[in-house]
Order: sequence, then C-alpha cells, then structure tokens
Amino acid sequence: MPTITSGNVPPSVAGVDRELDMSAHSAAIEARRLNFFYGEHQVLFDVSLTVPERSVTALIGPSGCGKSTFLRTLNRMNDLIEGSRCQGEILVEGQNIMDPAVDVVLLRKHVGMVFQKSTPFPKSIFDNVAYGPRVAGEKNRAVLADLVESCLKKAALWEEVKDRLTTSAMSLSGGQQQRLCIARTLATNPRIILMDEPASALDPASTDRIENLIGELCANYTIVIVTHNMQQASRVSHQTAFFYKGQMVETGPTMKIFTHPSEKQTEDYITGRFG
Amino acid sequence: MTQANLPAWARLRVSRRHEKFIQVLLFLCAALSVLTTAAIILVLLGNAVYAPGAKKAFFEHVSVWEFLTGTHWKPVEGESGRFGILPLLSGTVMVAVIASLVSVPAGLGAAIYMSEYAAPAEREFLKPVLEVLAGIPSVVYGFFALKFITPWILKPALSLFGLDLGTFNVLSAGIVVGIMVTPLIASLSEDVIRSVPRSLREAAYALGSTRFDVSARVVVPAALSGILAAFLLAFSRAIGETMAVVIAGGQQPIATLNPLRGAQTMTSFMVHASTGDSAADSISRMSIYAIGITLFVITLTINLISGWILRRYREVYQ
Repeated sequence: MPTITSGNVPPSVAGVDRELDMSAHSAAIEARRLNFFYGEHQVLFDVSLTVPERSVTALIGPSGCGKSTFLRTLNRMNDLIEGSRCQGEILVEGQNIMDPAVDVVLLRKHVGMVFQKSTPFPKSIFDNVAYGPRVAGEKNRAVLADLVESCLKKAALWEEVKDRLTTSAMSLSGGQQQRLCIARTLATNPRIILMDEPASALDPASTDRIENLIGELCANYTIVIVTHNMQQASRVSHQTAFFYKGQMVETGPTMKIFTHPSEKQTEDYITGRFG
Repeated sequence: MTQANLPAWARLRVSRRHEKFIQVLLFLCAALSVLTTAAIILVLLGNAVYAPGAKKAFFEHVSVWEFLTGTHWKPVEGESGRFGILPLLSGTVMVAVIASLVSVPAGLGAAIYMSEYAAPAEREFLKPVLEVLAGIPSVVYGFFALKFITPWILKPALSLFGLDLGTFNVLSAGIVVGIMVTPLIASLSEDVIRSVPRSLREAAYALGSTRFDVSARVVVPAALSGILAAFLLAFSRAIGETMAVVIAGGQQPIATLNPLRGAQTMTSFMVHASTGDSAADSISRMSIYAIGITLFVITLTINLISGWILRRYREVYQ
C-alpha cells in the first residue's frame, strides 16, 4: 500500500506557498450550503467552501464529482443552462451573487473565467484582448492599445505576438491561444479568475508555462482552478478542495491535503486507488 | 466453384438482381436533374445563339452588343423593333435590391432571435411558421402586393410626403418578394449561426457580454461567410422571381430607377411574351431565350460566388 509522504509531492511553482494557513486571509468567495440541480438531478449537495483572496484554490475529484459545476456557479455561468437551479448562498467579497438584483454582466467582469478548450474569437489577437473593454464601452484607441499590451505581458504572451497583433488569433498554437484567453480575461479587470482545466488540452511545455503564470497571477488575483491533474493541483495551489459525488469532502492547505488528508476518501483518491 | 459446393451459410438463396435494379433506378434519379439542366441549356442556346435549319436564332437578328447595352425594349417585328435588355435589367435589379433591403434585416433578425434569444418552445413555434410563409404560392404574394400593400400601406404612407404611387409599381413588388425570401435567409442563417460552437458563446458571456454583444460581436461575425452566402442565394431567388412581379410590378419596359412607377422585369417579360399571340418563330418570341440565358448566367454566377464565399471564408473550429 503506497504511503503518502511529503517526498511524493512535487515542488510548487514560484509564488505559491502550500503550507500557508490561509484561514487568516480575508475571504474572496464564501459558498454556503450550495445545492445545485440539473432538472430533477441533483449534482451538488450542501457544498460550503471559503476561498481566501490572492491565493490559488484547486478543486480536485473524479469526473462527474461536481467540481466544474461548482466552479461555474461562482460567475453564474450555469444560468445559461436551461432547467438548472441553484440553492444556497455564494458571497463574493461579501455580496450574495445569487441575489436576483445582482447584474450577471457586471459579475462576470469581476469574476473572469478561462475554459478547458481555448476559445479565441475568430478575430485578430488585438481584437480578442480588447473585446472585454470594448463591450464595456471603451473606444479610445490609445487606452485599448495600452491595455492590450499590459494584459499580454501579464499573460506572458507579449514577446511572442507583439509584432503580429493584427493577425488572426486562430493562427496561434494551442498553448498561445490559452494564454491569449487568459490575457483576454485579465483585460476585463477581474478580481477573481476561475479556471476550468486550463491546461488539460496542452502539451507539457505549454502546461508548464500556464502553471508558472498562475504562480505569478496569484499575487494580484484570486484564482480557483479545476484540474484532473493531481500533480498540477499540488504544484499550483495554496488550498485544495476534494469533491466526490457532489459533496465537498475535505479542504485544507494543499500540503496537508496531499500529505495528511483527514478523510479516507481523499487519501484513496490522491494515492490513485480510484478515480 | 458452383453454388452446390458452397457451405449452407454461403449459398445465395434469394436473387440479388433487385439490388442491381435499385442501383440503376437511383442512378436515373440522379441523372434526371443533370439531363434536365443540359436540355435547358441546349434549348436556350439553340434558339438564342445558333438555330439549326432555316430558322434564324435571336442573336442572328440582334447583335449581342445591342442586346446588352440598348436602352430601349420594343419587341416588335421589323425595323422599329428595339432589343436592349437594360430596361428589363433595371426592373429586375430594382426588385432584387428592394427585396434585399427588406429581407436581409428581417431574415437575419429572425435568425438571431431564434438561435440566441428564443426559448426552445418559442423556436419550436417560429420555425414552422416561417416554413408556412415559404410555402405560400407566389401568385398569392402578387395579389397581396397589388390589393393590400400598394393601396392600403404604400399609397397612404407616400401621400404624406406628397408622392404619387402607380397601381403597378416596383416598390410593392420588391417588398413582397423580400417577404417571400425572408424565410430562406432566416432559415439558412439560423443554421450557420447555430453551428457556431457553444464554447465561443460561453467565452463571450464570461467576459461580461450582454446577449446582444454575444450575437453582434461574436456569433454573427463568426458565421459571416454562411450568412453572406444566404444573402446571395436569396438575391438570386429574388432575381428569378416571376409571378409576384408580373402581378404587382406592371408591364412597362422603361429604363428607370424610380421604384414608384411600374416596370417590366426580365421574368415578367418572358411570361408576357410567351402568353401573347406572337408567332412561335417571331423575333419577340425568340428574345425570351436570350433573356433566359442572361438570367441563367446571372443566377449561376451569384450561386457560384456564394458557394465560393462559403468555402473560402469558413471558420474552422476544432
């Protein structure tokens, strides 16, 4: 029977301290007793989770455990799904975003999202990054140019594309497209970034760049990332939450979850006994 | 090896000849449309360009240059006959342009509404309604234009501006042809709009887009090639439309760009000439074939361009 020791856990990326007790940090997101249904089918059961600000929280668990659904409730992306319904409270910086008075358009600017499949619009690189600000009403060409440059720099893509900003984003490689999508999200000036398996379709080198990027971004942004890759979760996150069959089984500092999990199910999953 | 030597499972019990028969039958179905097209082209060329035997073809009476650039259409025998297609062409183009001005916004708007805004139940209702609109015979549309749109809508509206509208006029014919081709644009555009991947819409929503932002800035641009192709197909349908134009548009072959007057289009002249009492080998009867070729070339060109746009500018989503 494999035992878990801290020796098995790969080193973290720069900027992520996995042993930090985040409970002292103020909360960016607090989900309280969240229940979620697709029609009659319940996929989340009483999920409560606190995400400390300016940190990375990884959501792990086997396929169908509800981690992606949970992530998508945090910017009300599930509103787009016909016949879905959500109960409970989600506080983003103290405001309950389930309140019908909350404007989802403004919420999604504040809580950005990066998807598993890179989804550049069939437009130029520049127009992709400038999309969010333009939708928000920014028309000044100089302001947009500055913003595009700074966001591409933050997403570690500027050097590769600065000479071809007007070419189609579809001409970029998969890894570049995903960093473009991150830059595009940064351009709406969010405080929180949700990432749904952002590197699962990428090669190891591109994955590495995305992980290092997460380590840099978490100094200024709160990041919640869903990943199937346990090594990745252990490398990039301060806090890890383990989901199983629609329930949040356990959460804690990443080092603790990966070395001394409290729950048997967590230990079984992390050591590869199922899932 | 004979059948008898084969094991039981490999022995053919029923004749497979009917398989061959079905194959031939299906081939004939496919060949029919090709043969029809070929026959039409032959008939057109045989009367317009070169007629075998004693009969003279249309372009043996009238030069191609005169036909394409002449500004008078007076299809009578003898010296006073004038066969310049421009008056008919201007009528046709006016109808098609007015039809596009009506059908492009209406069709695209309907497509966007159905795919981006409507609840599933609404869409289930709207789609068949549009198909009903497409199934109404064009002669009905013609009378609708003549008896309703012209006297009850356009005349009162234009009289407010002091404008006079003829009983037969290109405007109402164009509008009604526009209404006719709107379902075509709506249905073709909706298909391409819906084929834009959901992930693209989600990405746009996640950046703080409203429904209109998603439709106008992401979905429509991503589907633009297909939408353009739909516009062109509808335009070529409008050029070829006949009955509604015959009824509502009048029969005066005048080179004009004034849509408030009546005009004759290429198709309405063809109806007029083939139902008249001129002799079968008269030059006015022969001119039908020359106009037919012109129409054929115009619509074929537009359809080819639309097919080319579809292939050339299709966005490839992995």
